[in-house]
Amino acid sequence: MEFWTRLLNVVLAIAIGCGGVIGLFYLANIAINALPKPWNQRLLPWVYISPALLLLSAYLILPTMQTFYLSFLDGRSQNFVGLKNYIFAFTDRAMLIAFKNNLLWLVLVTGVSVSLGLIIAVLVDKVRYEPIIKSLIFLPMAISFVGASVIWKFMYAYKPAGDDQIGVLNALLVNFGFEPVGWIVEQSVNNFALIAIMIWLYTGFAMVILSSAVKGIPEEVIEAARIDGANSWQIFWRITIPMIRSTILVVSTTIIILVLKVFDIVFVMTGGNYGTEVIASRMIKEMFNYRNFGRGSAIAIVLLILIIPVMISNIRRFRTQEKLR
Amino acid sequence: MAQQKQTQFWQKTPIHISLLVIAFIWTLPSVGLLISSFRRRDAMLETGWWTIFQHPFELTQYHIGNYVDVLQAEGMGQAFFNSLTIAIPATVIPIAIACFAAYAFAWMKFPGRQFLFIVVVCLLVVPLQTTLIPILRAYRDFGLSNSFLGVWLAHAGYGLPLGIYLLRNYIGELPKDLIEAAAVDGASHLKIFTKLIVPLSMPAIASFAVFQFLWVWNDLLIALVYLGTTNDVAPVTIQLSNLVGSRGQDWHLLTAGAFISMIVPLGVFFSLQRYFVRGILAGSVKS
Repeated sequence: MEFWTRLLNVVLAIAIGCGGVIGLFYLANIAINALPKPWNQRLLPWVYISPALLLLSAYLILPTMQTFYLSFLDGRSQNFVGLKNYIFAFTDRAMLIAFKNNLLWLVLVTGVSVSLGLIIAVLVDKVRYEPIIKSLIFLPMAISFVGASVIWKFMYAYKPAGDDQIGVLNALLVNFGFEPVGWIVEQSVNNFALIAIMIWLYTGFAMVILSSAVKGIPEEVIEAARIDGANSWQIFWRITIPMIRSTILVVSTTIIILVLKVFDIVFVMTGGNYGTEVIASRMIKEMFNYRNFGRGSAIAIVLLILIIPVMISNIRRFRTQEKLR
Repeated sequence: MAQQKQTQFWQKTPIHISLLVIAFIWTLPSVGLLISSFRRRDAMLETGWWTIFQHPFELTQYHIGNYVDVLQAEGMGQAFFNSLTIAIPATVIPIAIACFAAYAFAWMKFPGRQFLFIVVVCLLVVPLQTTLIPILRAYRDFGLSNSFLGVWLAHAGYGLPLGIYLLRNYIGELPKDLIEAAAVDGASHLKIFTKLIVPLSMPAIASFAVFQFLWVWNDLLIALVYLGTTNDVAPVTIQLSNLVGSRGQDWHLLTAGAFISMIVPLGVFFSLQRYFVRGILAGSVKS
């Protein structure tokens, strides 16, 4: 019985949510048609884009501006404190650890997942069971950060030496005669353990995009190089990589942005303890646990500033694309 | 000929081995989770999940009790419904809004069109973190925090830049003659949109739908900030992360809970992988 009322609630909520937006457009269209002709032609585009503009302003543009403003106020957003929050962001010990960790994340996740993704993309192109391998490696993309964290927490599970290990990694270590390692609490390895999760999740992403770029290289070019006596190794470095350089760049920037915003893995695996904090998790901590909106805002703005170069390069790319149309 | 093929196959041995090894490593963690979720609590704490391969057909070692426990006692069942309630409207709303906007950007003339689209391109990469504090405060004032409506709108707002970008690029590539012919025949914009643009854009719409649905279903941050952790509204991601906090060593519950949280995205992934890949290829500038 309870099950059915729940299900009914779900269906009702979905109907209201989805029906609402479609009804909105329906009403707007009736209203526009009631207007005299010259008016409605000029107004129509705005009817079409105004819901989008409204949501974008309400959820992205205005809040970002307000966060910028809040970053110059104190924790309760009452007094102006100048650059104090930014000075905190760049000098506080916990923040410096977060920056250092984030740098490690950026270099390792981007470097490993892009290069491994590229290697797999090139290799998988040469075998006939390509789709299966690609699906298996791409699969983690469908798993949430939280789900992936549980999966890997189990891989990293630790039991004292002497007991039977239930985590795969420690079982392997013990099997080869080493001591088991507390992967998540041991400060020398735990950051790498968390980074590995992200690499596991995003190598498939890099592989899929790079693979389609590799397939886009004209057959004749490779054939010509082979006739000239180039071996696979030379073809990879001299032809494949230069020809898909722009794709490699796009994949790398996408992963860089993702890594800058990574929060869930740290939140679930360690809660930011044992020296594993990153910028985004630090921001949530300031905002939620310490209720310091000034500092939280300043950290968020630092994140935004780190992403601005990507934004500029996206605009440039878009502009050249538009010229080609 | 057959022999040539065979030597080719053997020449590729290193490739085969490395691919199989990589695929094995990549699959192992998920398989371990799946197998463990059917093992009994005590067995799981004493031996590794791979030990079942010593006697894989001893069926008494498997049971579905973990799933029953985690669905009922640990609130994962309610969370599953909550996730559906959040994810479906949070996918449909931005699709509808993005379609209209994308059509206007692609085929209507209005002042500021180029500029506004560049704004959309910028918004593609804005980190969510810069918007959380002001929206959370506004939600508290308007009573939207802890409500589904608040989360739907937030996900719609955050998903829109990608939706508009993807759909506008696709709709803009549709043949010009077709749309002009329809306009000459006296079809209104609404008619062109519903009868021509939407049906023709279905592949792009499907790509964005899969993308947005997976994103919303798998999201933790937005749910955590705008919904909080109370049981009656929390989605599976929150419930699972609560479980990690409260039952950190109860692997029989964690593995079953994790699998419940993954089953819908995995289903979507396997049935609609084509669209997912296309969306990723077209939108790889996004977050």
